[in-house]
Amino acid sequence: MSALSIEHLNVWFGTGAERTDAVRDVSLDVGLGESFGLVGESGSGKSTILRAIAGLVPTWSGRMTVAGETLGKKRSKAFYRKVQMVFQDPYGSLHPRQTVDRVLSEAMQLHGVRDIDARMGRLLDDVGLGAGFRFRFPHQLSGGQRQRVAIARALASEPQVLLLDEPTSALDVSVQAEILNLLADLRRDHGLTYVMVSHDLGIVGHLCDRIAVMQDGQLVEVLGVEAMRRLEAQSPYTQHLLESSIHAIR
Amino acid sequence: MTDAPLLDVENLWVRFRTRTGVFDAVRGLSFTLGRERLGIVGESGSGKSMTGRAVLRLIRPPGMIEADRLDMHGEDILGLPEKRMRKLRGGRISMIMQDPKFSLNPVMTVGQQLIEALRAHEPVSRREARARALATLDEVAIRDPERVLGLYPHEVSGGMGQRIMIAMMLLPDPEILVADEPTSALDVSVQLQVLDIIDKLVRDRGMGLMFISHDLNLVAKFCDRIMIMYAGRIVETCKASELARAQHPYTLGLLNSVPDLEHPRDRLEVLQRDPAWRDAPSVSARA
Repeated sequence: MSALSIEHLNVWFGTGAERTDAVRDVSLDVGLGESFGLVGESGSGKSTILRAIAGLVPTWSGRMTVAGETLGKKRSKAFYRKVQMVFQDPYGSLHPRQTVDRVLSEAMQLHGVRDIDARMGRLLDDVGLGAGFRFRFPHQLSGGQRQRVAIARALASEPQVLLLDEPTSALDVSVQAEILNLLADLRRDHGLTYVMVSHDLGIVGHLCDRIAVMQDGQLVEVLGVEAMRRLEAQSPYTQHLLESSIHAIR
Repeated sequence: MTDAPLLDVENLWVRFRTRTGVFDAVRGLSFTLGRERLGIVGESGSGKSMTGRAVLRLIRPPGMIEADRLDMHGEDILGLPEKRMRKLRGGRISMIMQDPKFSLNPVMTVGQQLIEALRAHEPVSRREARARALATLDEVAIRDPERVLGLYPHEVSGGMGQRIMIAMMLLPDPEILVADEPTSALDVSVQLQVLDIIDKLVRDRGMGLMFISHDLNLVAKFCDRIMIMYAGRIVETCKASELARAQHPYTLGLLNSVPDLEHPRDRLEVLQRDPAWRDAPSVSARA
């Protein structure tokens, strides 16, 4: 069974002469428990696909099925329990005047979680923060700690699918390593399915099993991470991307 | 005097007065910059950007710059009156900022900004300034520069905006270029293109480049010499070609924490910070 299946997805913005087609006829399938990467340059439509899945873009056509539920224009409450998103910028995605406690308990209340107090402690432990961080404000946290809070918020409803939109691009490489390790641990422990958008092939290659390469709103190709490491891409565009990101010195 | 360094810095401190006492952002840095590409690497908060700004004296109160020596071509920057500093800044030493979206004036066309930048430093006619602006845009590989001159910043892409910034900084023909994360707002494929342009210009014009970045691999590929900063000090300095032989655990930690497509690992190494790194004396990066 697949966790997520998309057929002939089109997403557009504007109407008439102003219309831009951000995603054109994309079909893909993500298996249960798989970690799937979406890569491409800015404007290639990779984030737009995530936003369409999450219900943040109303103008789309095609067929999307997530965890057995076919998506319509409106999403059910159950959908949001199953699918959660982590955004790029931890500085922008947390309310500056709400404590960690408030951010997380609001998310849990919305999803009807009982026993918020006990669950709060577990959530903070899960993301490696510990109870000491419970009553802090975002400005009392470092970038990496904020992203951990954002991940805890996404985990609050015990989702099956996590949509990750460049979760580490605002962080230092050393902190990025911690967050990537955390994401890998969480996936293993909770049996999560990831769909991750990134422009960094190194990160995608580290965390994902398969990647889809996007260009101009279209899917160029889907390849396994092994093929990617061997630089065996079918399309010249993917090959070009792979070659520009091989800049390791060791 | 041709071998004299363009920039000679000894025991540089940048301090900020805060409510809880004085915070030292840069602590006793010594380095020189010749006609070379010097990379400055470190995490956020390591003081690398503050070093770049201090060299242009761009730190405003309550920030303070102190140094035993901060000379540009034998001229003491710290003692200069602001008027003379304004001449140097942009004229002899220029800075490329991180994000073109915030560094270009949104209500002026590209052409107006370029021409203003040049005329602020040289008494040239509007016509000549325009001709030189066109030539420089061409140098940074912008197609159809005539059209671009008439565009507003929101009408150009990120990569193009960054190339326009570079063109603007290069117009008055500076000797020293400070590039503060010039490509981190750009896509991977555009990054290489912009770096190639900077590289070519620095070589052709024989400038000195201070390249500030958090990406150690990128710097290793692009620069001649690297200094690695931690907590306001230099912990290690080496030739870029010898980075593979780096010794300091912080440098090694930075290198190993990057996921690498060709050498997959199950877990990424997480940097274990040693409090002793903070207290160790700053390594001198004088050539």
